[in-house]
Amino acid sequence: MSSYETTGILTHEHFGKNLPPKERLEKGPVAVIECIQKIPCDPCAYVCKFGAIRKKSLVDPPEVDYEKCTGCGECVAICPGLAIFVLNLKYKNDEALVMIPYELLPTPKKGETWEALDREGKKVGEARIIATRMKNRTAVVTIAVRKHLAMNVRNIGRKLK
Amino acid sequence: MHKGIGLDLRIQKHPIIEFERGKPIQIYLNRRKITAYEGETILAALYALGIKNYGESVKYRRPRGFFCGIGKCSSCLMRVNGMPRVRTCVTLVEDGMTIEYEKGHGELPIASEVEVEDEKVDTDLVIIGGGPAGLSAAISAAKLGVEVFVIDENPKPGGQLIKQTHKFFGSKYNYASVRGVEIAEVLLKDLRESYAKWIVNASTIGYYKNGKHVIAAVQDNHKLIEMSAAKVIVSSGARENTLLFPNNDLPGVYGAGGVQTLMNVYGVKPGNDALIVGAGNVGLIVGYQLVQAGVNVKMVVEAMPKIGGYAVHAAKLRRLGIPILTRHSIKSAEGKDHVEKATIVELNEKGQAIEGSEESINTDLICLAVGLTPSSEIPSQAGCSQAYIPELGGLVAVHNEDLETTLNGMYVSGDASGIGEANTAMMEGTLTGANVAMELGKDRSKAEKIREASLKHLNALRASPFGEKVLKGKEKIWEIWRETK
Repeated sequence: MSSYETTGILTHEHFGKNLPPKERLEKGPVAVIECIQKIPCDPCAYVCKFGAIRKKSLVDPPEVDYEKCTGCGECVAICPGLAIFVLNLKYKNDEALVMIPYELLPTPKKGETWEALDREGKKVGEARIIATRMKNRTAVVTIAVRKHLAMNVRNIGRKLK
Repeated sequence: MHKGIGLDLRIQKHPIIEFERGKPIQIYLNRRKITAYEGETILAALYALGIKNYGESVKYRRPRGFFCGIGKCSSCLMRVNGMPRVRTCVTLVEDGMTIEYEKGHGELPIASEVEVEDEKVDTDLVIIGGGPAGLSAAISAAKLGVEVFVIDENPKPGGQLIKQTHKFFGSKYNYASVRGVEIAEVLLKDLRESYAKWIVNASTIGYYKNGKHVIAAVQDNHKLIEMSAAKVIVSSGARENTLLFPNNDLPGVYGAGGVQTLMNVYGVKPGNDALIVGAGNVGLIVGYQLVQAGVNVKMVVEAMPKIGGYAVHAAKLRRLGIPILTRHSIKSAEGKDHVEKATIVELNEKGQAIEGSEESINTDLICLAVGLTPSSEIPSQAGCSQAYIPELGGLVAVHNEDLETTLNGMYVSGDASGIGEANTAMMEGTLTGANVAMELGKDRSKAEKIREASLKHLNALRASPFGEKVLKGKEKIWEIWRETK
């Protein structure tokens, strides 16, 4: 039994080869798919215009061809599990961008600052809202966080300012 | 009992759903005038004012709240316009309606004072239950030229789809990434475009046989409908399980689906601080939906050693800071007329409570998401063979891969044929609709194609570890069907 089955929290160990390699992360926007179980689902694969996401079968977890992925974020908006994020570590020297799906109110607005939360909902820093794009009532929110937090920030908490 | 009046728990802003309320009307609760909105159930209108108790139990006079919210459990009965024991969760408010608390079994009005009507329907196919399975069956059969009549006991058809704010999993073929509420709209649109007839607010009350299958139903609490048909599809869904613990009947202890109905169909906030019991997909999803409705979800407890639902659903709750405690369960609920607290407890490897591990939680909303039992009453009364299959949630009508029961011309589909999920329910519905069309000699080649596609997609959907249990249950019941026939 893996730890996520008792805690509900996925860690980097669980993702294994599902994480983009370090060299690819350094190159700019790329999708990170935090979906490792066999579940019958495939919208991420058919929405990708670049053919970067492959499902061997309806139930096999998605596999990403990181060379084809442009980090456009279409998959972030369509994933029913809200399990896809786009990371851009090239954004600034000390800041990275994380694109997250968000389905709560209020909808974050550009220019605001919110709490940056990790996979356990713990506040680990601050998130500047860079952009919000509504797609079928899912807000796809791009936040800027301190670079070292990018691999762990997966949600926003309360609005700070 | 009126202490709540003055509150309004109606949700005004929601990230996914826009609640369309009808015009305000006046109803009378024990002669006290209160405002409700057209399109609301009595239960929703009262709950919105903070009125959460609807009567008392007959023997021990314990307070009664609602439980299932979909007309299956009889916990929310009140006297309405002089009629005793009316299910307030499926009865819509009307201007000037009188609603009264009732003691004991209630008294029937004098027969001559009650207006009654009757109607006879003669059709090819009657479908009992207009949820994902029933609507899909209706669309598939009607498009193939079958004369269809669908009956549903809730004010709105669509079953549990109409309360799902999340996007569905599955393939493009079965509405993947479309929210449940939107799938219901698509199905209703298709239903309207087909030639199927359908009614709501109508409960099936019995099965008879008179050359054809005869189904009796009551619509709007006063109209008797006798439906004769060559074929019947029972897609009556499921009822929610409860759990045994002290005070499990206190108002504030609700089925997860009941909470979804109140919150996502009628837009009423069910509580302030929620405890969720069960970390299967239903528990995890309702937890997330509660947050969307502005409820503080304290935690999810799960008696099993691992989370039963999808990791992606669990992750959504965890990153909101909501703990999921496996090997934990509820020990008791506390409160006078309503839940105020719950005690949770850790379980050992044998599933027994560990002494001294109790923790008291302040909560006014305990959501039970501990499984479902198929609603198999009609096949049972009709004389279909039944079998107890734990993997399918309990007693189900024995059926084959084409969902035919042992009674000629009667089919089952969706949760009534074994607890699954909505995608497979829709596929099963499409499949049975096509089968009925074939049996009735309609467009055979087209029906056969739909049948084959449905079987293929059903297999694909069940080919994950999460589908294993259902598939095992289905294989058992198919085997029993072969032995019985």
